[in-house]
Amino acid sequence: MISEEKHVTPYPVYAKVLTGLLVLTAITILVPWINLTAATVLIALLIASTKAGIVLTYFMHLKMEIMLFRILVIMVLLIYLSVILLTFSDYMFR
Amino acid sequence: MDHIEMPRDDAGAKLGMWIFIFTEILLFGGLFLVYAVMRHRYSEDFHLASQQLNTFIGALNTAVLLVSSMTVAMSITAIQKKNKKMATLFLVITLLCAGIFLVDKYFEWGHKISLSLYPGTDLMDSLRYGYILFFSLYFFMTGLHLLHLVIGAVILTVALVKVRLGLINDENFVLLENGGLYWHLVDLIWIFLFPLLYLVT
Repeated sequence: MISEEKHVTPYPVYAKVLTGLLVLTAITILVPWINLTAATVLIALLIASTKAGIVLTYFMHLKMEIMLFRILVIMVLLIYLSVILLTFSDYMFR
Repeated sequence: MDHIEMPRDDAGAKLGMWIFIFTEILLFGGLFLVYAVMRHRYSEDFHLASQQLNTFIGALNTAVLLVSSMTVAMSITAIQKKNKKMATLFLVITLLCAGIFLVDKYFEWGHKISLSLYPGTDLMDSLRYGYILFFSLYFFMTGLHLLHLVIGAVILTVALVKVRLGLINDENFVLLENGGLYWHLVDLIWIFLFPLLYLVT
């Protein structure tokens, strides 16, 4: 039986992570009001990606897991990124 | 009679859940891609249509799911610390958050439906194509997300029962971990859905 889980994440760590996530959410909502530019979508996506990264790293324990999980997640995100790039490189030139 | 210890592979179980999560990422990712392309094509219609959405409820739902992600992660810490009471409490709060999300969705969708703003109505068919696209994507994506949320809540309810029965404990909590991972996925999807659908400017 594989017994891992030496890493017990303390409650305050999770609370701090939540605080950071809520702050980022607030920023996401306020950005469109401040600056009605085309960059709003890009900024919103960047903030969302940061939030996702934080959820993956801390809530989903990627930081504490073995390297394999991190590599797999990065691989899948790269695959997805490739699909996006291929789709848009086709679509943009129609 | 001796209790026979079945061989377990917790790392394998967790890996299995991660692989499943990868398929879900690609599923919703594909939908986001459809949304992105259509938004690019019908930017004005999408912009106008998205103003029909209630940003406040959307933001509230985002906050609720983020809190529920924290509480489910905390329930895992609690069970590792052999604190059955806290684990139960955190799971209950997580499920309450799910309930709040459901209620919010009920009001949101209910409002749209009462205005006949959903796919298939005469009103919807009379609108511009970009509008129709936006609302079709809106209902499909939030609906699919809602389905995942309900499934996640069911899994966590099963985990809660097992915690109470002592079947999930500090030596065997992989079900709770995997349920938590699935729940975080539900949160992740919404983290992207919210700005894409509600904050399109």
